[in-house]
Amino acid sequence: MNATTQMNDAILQVDHLSMKFGGLVAIGDLSFTARRGEITALIGPNGAGKTTVFNCITGFYKPSEGMITLNRADGSTYLLERLPNHEIPARAKVARTFQNIRLFSGMTLLENLLVAQHNKLMKASGYTVLGLFGFSGYRKASAESMELARHWLEKADLVDRADDPAGDLPYGAQRRLEIARAMCTGPELLCLDEPAAGLNPKESAALNDLLMDIKHNTGTSILLIEHDMSVVMQISDHVVVLEYGRKISDGNPQSVRTDPRVIAAYLGVDDEEVETVLTEVGDEDVIEQLDIGPDAAHGPGTSSSYLAGPVTDTVGHSDGERVTVSKGASKAAQVDARANSPRKPSERATAKPTGKSSTAKPRGGRK
Amino acid sequence: MAVTVSRESDSVATPTQRALKEAFYAGAIALGLFVLFIGLKTGQNMSNELVLTQRWGLLAAVVIATAVGRFLYVAYGQPFMANQKIANVATGLLPASVGSRFFTLPAFIVAVVAAVLLFLFNSSLAGWVGAEPAGYLQFLRALAVIYLLACVIYYFRAFIHANFTKLGITALVLYPILVVAVLSLNAWSIAGGLQGSLKWVDNFGIQILIYVMLAWGLNIVVGLAGLLDLGYVAFYALGAYAYALLATQYGLSFWILLPAAGCMAALWGVLLGFPVLRLRGDYLAIVTLAFGEIIRLVLINWREVTNGSAGISGIPKVSFFGLMTFNVSDPNYIAKVLHIATSSAYYKIFLYYLILGLCLLTAFVTIRLRRLPVGRAWEALREDEIACRSLGINTTTTKLTAFATGAMFGGFAGSFFAARQGFVSPESFVFLESAIILAIVVLGGMGSLVGIAVAAMVMIGGTEALRELDFLKQIFGPDFTPELYRMLLFGMAMVIVMLWKPRGFVGSREPTAFLKERRAVSSSFTKEGHG
Ligand SMILES: Nc1ncnc2c1ncn2[C@@H]1O[C@H](COP(=O)(O)OP(=O)(O)O)[C@@H](O)[C@H]1O
Ligand SMILES: [Mg+2]
Repeated sequence: MNATTQMNDAILQVDHLSMKFGGLVAIGDLSFTARRGEITALIGPNGAGKTTVFNCITGFYKPSEGMITLNRADGSTYLLERLPNHEIPARAKVARTFQNIRLFSGMTLLENLLVAQHNKLMKASGYTVLGLFGFSGYRKASAESMELARHWLEKADLVDRADDPAGDLPYGAQRRLEIARAMCTGPELLCLDEPAAGLNPKESAALNDLLMDIKHNTGTSILLIEHDMSVVMQISDHVVVLEYGRKISDGNPQSVRTDPRVIAAYLGVDDEEVETVLTEVGDEDVIEQLDIGPDAAHGPGTSSSYLAGPVTDTVGHSDGERVTVSKGASKAAQVDARANSPRKPSERATAKPTGKSSTAKPRGGRK
Repeated sequence: MAVTVSRESDSVATPTQRALKEAFYAGAIALGLFVLFIGLKTGQNMSNELVLTQRWGLLAAVVIATAVGRFLYVAYGQPFMANQKIANVATGLLPASVGSRFFTLPAFIVAVVAAVLLFLFNSSLAGWVGAEPAGYLQFLRALAVIYLLACVIYYFRAFIHANFTKLGITALVLYPILVVAVLSLNAWSIAGGLQGSLKWVDNFGIQILIYVMLAWGLNIVVGLAGLLDLGYVAFYALGAYAYALLATQYGLSFWILLPAAGCMAALWGVLLGFPVLRLRGDYLAIVTLAFGEIIRLVLINWREVTNGSAGISGIPKVSFFGLMTFNVSDPNYIAKVLHIATSSAYYKIFLYYLILGLCLLTAFVTIRLRRLPVGRAWEALREDEIACRSLGINTTTTKLTAFATGAMFGGFAGSFFAARQGFVSPESFVFLESAIILAIVVLGGMGSLVGIAVAAMVMIGGTEALRELDFLKQIFGPDFTPELYRMLLFGMAMVIVMLWKPRGFVGSREPTAFLKERRAVSSSFTKEGHG
């Protein structure tokens, strides 16, 4: 692949992105590319910094270093780290969902989708002035927005409940509504933060259908954080794996799932056990282990985020535990080290996640 | 009160025994609570010494009243309410509701007869039975009228519920006419009717409507956008002083200054909003509170302009769109133009319709804005600010528009207030006013126009009605001033409403758009906002 086609191909390009919270390096020198029209998955153990990457892309955090470039289909290019928070969806056409669902729970489903079309409708209503006097241009735009909302309600299989409050929906429907709401902003890049977390298998399948539909029928590219390996392997075209804020693998799902560094990062096991583990990928067992965060030794877990602004502290991320990237922490790094040098028994001992059963507590959105 | 009886004795004790026991406990608790509050009173004597008055009689009365009340409630009230829920075995029907037993036709006829008789012989009553019993008879008449109104409301409740807005507006429009008509009939002269209507139109009508308008204005900020503003009275003050100063200094007309005062208040709303809106929750509340106090202190201390705490007097009256005036000395005084008797009631009635018009404008704009993208964005902001930003909504400008719109209506109300009083001073714009307006918004149900209007009517009308309870002096002695208890009433009403309906009179939310049918959103899903 030559350089020029790659430029046009890439909708999102993350270059040397770093994000530090005080002493904690949540993302360290991360570079990856998401291609247009594809589903790119961002995976990694809890606390790897996936949500932080999303928050940097969508402007909720200002990255400490690095460049995030977004290429829109019309050829315009935006440097996301320089845009104000609310202009990223409005101008660069990046929409997102949240790990802990954020709907307008007291508003109806329809209203949720109408709020998503705010900027378009605001313009049509002449910044309220024309709309206040009931101009016909606004009425037409308003009818169109209702149509778009109905379209996405149908796609999300929620049209029967259009006039119910969003807070009244079951979990899976809320996830789909959040995606429908994001799609109503007319995005070119859709960022989904753990959309399948907490869903039952049926809801999970409905979600997959919705995502495939979006991919095939709208031309919207998707960036996906996912824990559920079966979802990742089924629908994604490209997988980026993070561990402790660093990229440890990047490629198509097949190559990633056989990458020993990924397996080690996820499971903390020896090469000999890889065979058996591979067959378990997607099993409940594995998922349970994924929920266990980095061992307590690496997470001092002292103060919460005093550096974060008054709003950012409510953006969903794993609990405030701090994990410093030390040499011994990364299991992927240990795989590298072992590949280069003869194995020492003492090192192997530290490689085992110490807190698997006792000290570690379940984290993240999975309940 | 806590249930003080254990389970075993519960099953043995008859209701009367249980009631006696509970009454005893209630009396004991009341004694403990009130022994210092009521039993002893400190005061000063002539030589400025502290004296302790003992009021054991009053204390005993309160304690006995509490015990008896508890006894009646446990012995009769509770079984009665339990019975209301038990269906008759034979017919399978629930017993007739309390309402239909209370509002019966014979009682209705008796009340009509009593009210009519008492109205007819109103003037001669005092001669027949003496002044004091006549006061009680007038109270009885008021009770009969209230009963009649309640009957009508009870039997037409379904209709009233369905057409509440239309009926409410009609009633408000007809109110001054009805008052004048009834009082004219009562006094057998139009002039007497006009004179008597002053109190009802001004003290009740205008006063309540001013608060309705203020509360509806604040509702945009607190109820819709979810921004807790404790300094709303500042915008009211800005509007009032803008009108007072510009009208007295430059002689500009009310009709020019009304929009000007609104714009001025809105501008200040934006100026205040800019630095403040990045704060959230408690911080925002405290800073707005401070803003309200700053404005008041500036009004007090900037003597050259505002005349300090002496205030500004001689504020010109509103004219009838420049066609007629309400000053007796003017050549185009309304009575001279229309060739009718001179009366000060015309101006009050005109002001009533003016503030009614302003209220309806506020309601219309609020309803309209809610269905526009900006109004939806306000409510979305109340629900979840972060989600709003992820959808490309500029939260700063959205909050600013909410602040400015609310402030604008506060400014309108302020300039109306100045024109009505003819006098403004910083004393009218203390924090308590902000608190009352906010209390009305919360009691009414945040975001609901109807609920807020009802709350304003109950709270402001209720405190005004306390002034009418002069006959209570006969019970509690001549020193008793019922007005002083209005804050107690306010507090009690708040506690009762918040226990009975935690989200206010109208807790549910009306959706702004619908696909198939409009269904109110239950209050359990909406959020109050914390920005
Ligand atoms: N606002 C913040 N302040 C301090 N630390 C944060 C903040 N946001 C995230 N972190 C830390 O960054 C790390 C990565 O978190 P996150 O991106 O939520 O992980 P995940 O991959 O599970 O989504 C975690 O250790 C988390 O505690
Ligand atoms: Mg996360």
